[in-house]
Amino acid sequence: MVRKRYETVPMGLLWASGIATLIILIVILAYILGNGLSVISWHFLTAEPALWGHTGGGIYPTIIATLAVTGVSLLVAAPLSVGGAIYLNEYTKENLLRKTIRQAAEILAGIPSIIIGLFGFLFFVIYLAPYTGGWSMISGGLTLAFMVLPISLRTSEEALKTVPADLREASLGVGATKWQSITTVVLPTALPGILTGLILGVGRAVGETAAILLTAGGSLNLISSLRDPGRPMTLNIYDVLTEYRDTTTAYGTAAVLIIAILAITLITDWLMNRYTKKLKGL
Amino acid sequence: MGSEIEISVKDLNLWFGKFQALKNISIDIPKNEVTALIGPSGCGKSTFIKTLDRMNDLVDNVKVTGAVMYNGRNVLDADTDVVELRKEIGMVFQKPNPFPKSVYDNVAYGPRVHGMRNKKTLNEIVEKSLRGAALWDEVSDRLQESALRLSGGQQQRLCIARLLAVEPNVLLMDEPASALDPIATSKIEDLLHVLRKDYTIIIVTHNMQQAARVSSHTAFFFLGELVEYAATIDLFERPQDKRTEDYVTGKFG
Amino acid sequence: MIRIRPNIAARSLRRSRIGEAKERIIELLLLLCAISSVCAIFLIIFFIFSGGLSFLIQAGLTFFTSSVWRPTDSFAAGSWGIFPIIIGSLIVTFGAIAIGTPLGLGCAIFLAEVAPSAVRRLLIPAVNALAGVPSVVYGFFALLVIVPWVRDQFGGYGTSVFACWLILSIMILPTIISISTDSIRAVPREYKEGSLAMGATRWQTIRSVLIPAAGSGIVASVILGMGRAIGETMAVLMVAGNSVTIPNSISAPTSTLTAQIALEMGYATGAHREALFAMGIVLFVMIMLLTGLANAASRRRVA
Repeated sequence: MVRKRYETVPMGLLWASGIATLIILIVILAYILGNGLSVISWHFLTAEPALWGHTGGGIYPTIIATLAVTGVSLLVAAPLSVGGAIYLNEYTKENLLRKTIRQAAEILAGIPSIIIGLFGFLFFVIYLAPYTGGWSMISGGLTLAFMVLPISLRTSEEALKTVPADLREASLGVGATKWQSITTVVLPTALPGILTGLILGVGRAVGETAAILLTAGGSLNLISSLRDPGRPMTLNIYDVLTEYRDTTTAYGTAAVLIIAILAITLITDWLMNRYTKKLKGL
Repeated sequence: MGSEIEISVKDLNLWFGKFQALKNISIDIPKNEVTALIGPSGCGKSTFIKTLDRMNDLVDNVKVTGAVMYNGRNVLDADTDVVELRKEIGMVFQKPNPFPKSVYDNVAYGPRVHGMRNKKTLNEIVEKSLRGAALWDEVSDRLQESALRLSGGQQQRLCIARLLAVEPNVLLMDEPASALDPIATSKIEDLLHVLRKDYTIIIVTHNMQQAARVSSHTAFFFLGELVEYAATIDLFERPQDKRTEDYVTGKFG
Repeated sequence: MIRIRPNIAARSLRRSRIGEAKERIIELLLLLCAISSVCAIFLIIFFIFSGGLSFLIQAGLTFFTSSVWRPTDSFAAGSWGIFPIIIGSLIVTFGAIAIGTPLGLGCAIFLAEVAPSAVRRLLIPAVNALAGVPSVVYGFFALLVIVPWVRDQFGGYGTSVFACWLILSIMILPTIISISTDSIRAVPREYKEGSLAMGATRWQTIRSVLIPAAGSGIVASVILGMGRAIGETMAVLMVAGNSVTIPNSISAPTSTLTAQIALEMGYATGAHREALFAMGIVLFVMIMLLTGLANAASRRRVA
């Protein structure tokens, strides 16, 4: 009986799956960037949108709005998730509280963005209107924080776990308090992992639309404060496509988004690499 | 000789859950001498010294009774400031554990964490501590390099320097040379000879020759009990207890 | 050898109340941070349910069984049947899984066992990149590329079940691939080596040893993918056609819970708005059931 060393058909299919996945990515990127890169110009990035019916405007307010909601969400989610991870890893053992919180974070991570948006609408836009300004960057950002929190909680906890126990002992052995040990030894050592988690969260926030749809207001005006409504880039793609069939602006905005996300990922990887090398003493 | 007592332990008992790890230990540690703790693995030597600086507090389910008198107070009191205690009684661990920071930042860590900001003073402290740990000559030109690039023996001396910078009175050493090669080990032993003039040193070691080389007093631990405690020469040449004799002559352990 | 700092003041070893109080406060603050996720879930559940529960009770069973959806702001004047919408959600999800699972699993096996390291170094960032593409960009691409193609092939408008299947299956690929790859790589090497040492081929080893051993992880990844598909809003909103009817072919338009909520929330008031929240409750419960299933599945099977 001759048995082929390679079973060609299954192996071929596996190769095909891998290559197909790669091709899918390339096709999508090529399409967006191919049509969108030509739209991007300094004017596109810095000018206000054209009036209804005219072309040639820019997406400046949407860029600012994206920065605003992402900033707000990070401002809230970062301390809560890092602080929570510190508490879980440094102040508790593997007990019921820890498991419950971890489970809660997993559940939170799985809730669809439209539902978080519904919640954000009721809670931030309606209920807390006097504080948030109703439909606003604050409402949008706070809503997004609910989506960033579980991701960075999980990654921060994992990052803290990788810090060897004897470093903490060494620090305590020199008369540092627990909090001092955490801030001067544990956190700096775990920083690459923590930052990666936060960046992942930022990526999610930047790309989010459904929750924003229900909480940020959608106005194209340049925001003058965080209590103003605004239209982040993701929402802009949807709006200009469905309202005006303006594929040009949509392509341009999508291209800017993709490039921004790619840039964030690459820079983070590079930073993490450098920092990890420094920690290892290389 | 004719030394004062630095630490006086009375009737120390310790349990990990139901297991009693230390049984009725009473011992007086002399000031400015090197006291060695020997005994087979698991006999309680490490647990004992970790009680002295309250590092056992980090373990779950520990119960301790008895007294560890230092500086006129019982270290085990609930009233004791553990953070300050650990500045007085410092510990070096078996596996060197320098922080992933520069050599300078490792040594300056202690003083910085206690509020010292003055650059000039910090520089002085770092240099003096590194000299005190017999490491200055080897690292003076690479203070800003990562401590992780030092050899094992250098890292261990760095850990000692880190302690010295905090100005302790007592140095606890838990098998400090067991992870090191013979040359690094002998450097550490030479260092102990110098350090003991200014610090009280308690060293746990499973190496009897090392105990004989560096210490003036030796305590033999077995199964959680302090079996015998005497001047090193006496313990090794004229052991009083049969168990001690069996151990030092190599019949077990 | 003289002491480092001979002038240092003698230390008091008595406990410092202030120092300890500070540490306690810090610990408390950190505890509050930690329970924020738990609070978050309770908040979400509370508000979603308060927004739609009374409507759900009022509408009763016909909410789920009726196919007539004519919302207005007064309860009595409208018809509240979401059966087609639920069907729509289920159809697009299962179709996405049907297409995405073989492709994703194949790619995962490829990454874990077959791909040479150069190819892996290319493919893994590619999968991560796919995961990073915003859903609205996927919808955009689908609207401009997939929808016209469906229109050409099958007629109709192009915004259809099939378009949803195609784009959703792409969107869940990263989830299935990354979790399945990890599961396969986590299988102890001894299993693989044992099989190969008996003379089994690579594919036989993969099929009969590795995949079953990684089974629970793979199942979990598929169920997670299902959760993503059923919760996806923007892409579906753009290519489903938004027709509250049960689709009679794959080229027919449909609607999903997510898309319907997103579409109508902008102008819904009164009973209409409450109905949308009720749909949110239905969606939430469906997702919770799925996640529970995923956890149970990944715990039950022993490698």
